[in-house]
Amino acid sequence: MQMRVPVAEPRSPVAYDMPDATGHFGPYGGTFVAETLQAALEELRDAYAACRADPAFQAELAYELEHYVGRPSPVYHAKRLSDELGGAQVYLKREDLNHTGAHKVNNTMGQALVARRMGKPRVIAETGAGQHGVAAATVAARYGMECVVYMGTEDVARQAQNVYRMKLLGATVVPVTSGSRTLKDALNEAMRDWVTNVANTFYIIGTVAGPHPYPMMVRDFNAIVGKECLVQMPALAGRQPDYVLACVGGGSNAMGIFHPYIPHPGVKLVGVEAGGLGIATGRHAATLSAGSPGVLHGNRTYLMQDADGQILETHSISAGLDYPGVGPEHAWLKDSGRASYVSVTDDEALAAFHTLCRTEGIIPALESSHAVAHAMRLAPTLGRDRIVLVNLSGRGDKDMHTVAKASGLSL
Amino acid sequence: MSRIAATFDRLRAVRRAALVPFVTAGDPSPAHIPGMLRSLVANGADVIELGVPFSDPMADGPTIQRASERALRAGTGLAMILDAVKQYRREDDNTPIVLMGYANPIEHMGVAAFAGRAKESGVDGVLVVDYPPEESGAWVEALGAAGIDPIFLLSPTSSQARIDLVARLAKGYIYYVSLKGVTGAANIDTADVERMLARIRGRTSVPVGVGFGIRDPETARAIARFADAVVIGSRIVEEIERAEPDQAAQRAGAVLATFRAGVDAAVGDRASR
Repeated sequence: MQMRVPVAEPRSPVAYDMPDATGHFGPYGGTFVAETLQAALEELRDAYAACRADPAFQAELAYELEHYVGRPSPVYHAKRLSDELGGAQVYLKREDLNHTGAHKVNNTMGQALVARRMGKPRVIAETGAGQHGVAAATVAARYGMECVVYMGTEDVARQAQNVYRMKLLGATVVPVTSGSRTLKDALNEAMRDWVTNVANTFYIIGTVAGPHPYPMMVRDFNAIVGKECLVQMPALAGRQPDYVLACVGGGSNAMGIFHPYIPHPGVKLVGVEAGGLGIATGRHAATLSAGSPGVLHGNRTYLMQDADGQILETHSISAGLDYPGVGPEHAWLKDSGRASYVSVTDDEALAAFHTLCRTEGIIPALESSHAVAHAMRLAPTLGRDRIVLVNLSGRGDKDMHTVAKASGLSL
Repeated sequence: MSRIAATFDRLRAVRRAALVPFVTAGDPSPAHIPGMLRSLVANGADVIELGVPFSDPMADGPTIQRASERALRAGTGLAMILDAVKQYRREDDNTPIVLMGYANPIEHMGVAAFAGRAKESGVDGVLVVDYPPEESGAWVEALGAAGIDPIFLLSPTSSQARIDLVARLAKGYIYYVSLKGVTGAANIDTADVERMLARIRGRTSVPVGVGFGIRDPETARAIARFADAVVIGSRIVEEIERAEPDQAAQRAGAVLATFRAGVDAAVGDRASR
């Protein structure tokens, strides 16, 4: 695709330079980990800073993203969906067309290259639904690195197909039996592995959470999504969108598409959280909508927690959004008012899933279906000349069993 | 003088290292907290580290993770632990009690509110595993205002700059984590530990305790030759896990007594410092 710089902006860009040198986004972020991990984080911060400033690193990453991942991903004008909604024009950023079927590989590719620069032959990862685990196993295979993926036993049972994919790719999947046996516990266990094997091991965190520099680094690697949109939208639609929508679990696909748009004040940023069975039921994963600030997994951010500050189990039909925390930069964007956050229930996400299948011939991931569902609410309230850009962060092939089950079928 | 400083002064005079057991508060249940403290003190504890259970104990190995899960299942919470310490203080006003845990339960209570309540309950020091010195400004200030010692960790990978950072903030004692990894991991190299302690002592006069990986009385004796305190955690928690709930305090005390014998035996080996 021909990349060119957009010529006109509705309003002039506003400088944005987060996080600060110590990894803080206002009161959020930081390095809340035990002393035993501090040296490893310092080593990583130094290595990543060097990579960030190194044109050779950036060139290698760009080459891999083009030839291995298949970037740039297209932006697609969903005309039939837009017509059916009868309001704003809906555009989809097609991250579902990437190798491995989601945005996750943008980050694992970047971190794998950092790991190689650091001379670490072994990579580890945590995974919930298995998408990040598959993306980590993929790049580990690509570079001949040992790969160990931690996954809660609950998720191993629910996501057998992704477990098998990781094994095909040569990774070892370690079932985690502690705590609630889901994503947050897999992350705890990966941290424990890292602190024990730090000399030869690189920890590929899958979202914009964790201690500094992870929230920044994972954001930077996913920001290719928004950077492409900045060029693609004027080329395709004649201007930048009025709204950018993305689903938020940990928040990596949302940070990826939001970040390049933060300095553009005419573009409204909306994160869509997993409302599960409804906020009122308590059975959801809408951390920014219904949680409160605290410290977990190395950073200060919004959390789902009880009256004693213990972390709560969350619920979402989409395993990729089923996390009780959220990236600290989202917490900052919420408090500062630069982005707003809404939630969509399981049922609304499922309805959007079916609608997109039917109107556009695109089967979205259940995670991405949350963003589509909010677009379906929003678009009819806007004029036909308005533009809503949705980050279609992944494809839904992995969700066939879940969707069939929700429809009362078994495959 | 604080209970922690008084304890280290007393032990320095008799050239003995402090014996510091760690147990998770509320394991096996909150009702067992006072009995557990009583048994540990009766069996040779000089300072007690009382773990505050957390749902996501990232720095702990399987033994202490399971202890946290048992305590949480039994309904243990931070406010309840502070109340139990307050109750215990009526019968023992001498043994220092240090709370050890993760940031979130404390932040949820509010750092200043926690510090006030901890002081009122008779808590002497607090170690928050995921509050490294660079994130501890408000924390150290709140504890200082309440007269509670902030305890910090150092590890084999701590740089000179980080040792200095901790030395500037730490009061009470410094907890040296003697190996890479999580609590309850493999055995330690005492010679490595001794070299690192010498480096730390070059920068601070605060006592230095050693923990992680001290699994038998012989290792405790070897460490007690040069450390100011010896922390025994997972080995005691294992004993609690294996015991019937009503036997847990007695069995924890019995195993602690064997470590006390190790620490006592080191007195003769110990150079005057």
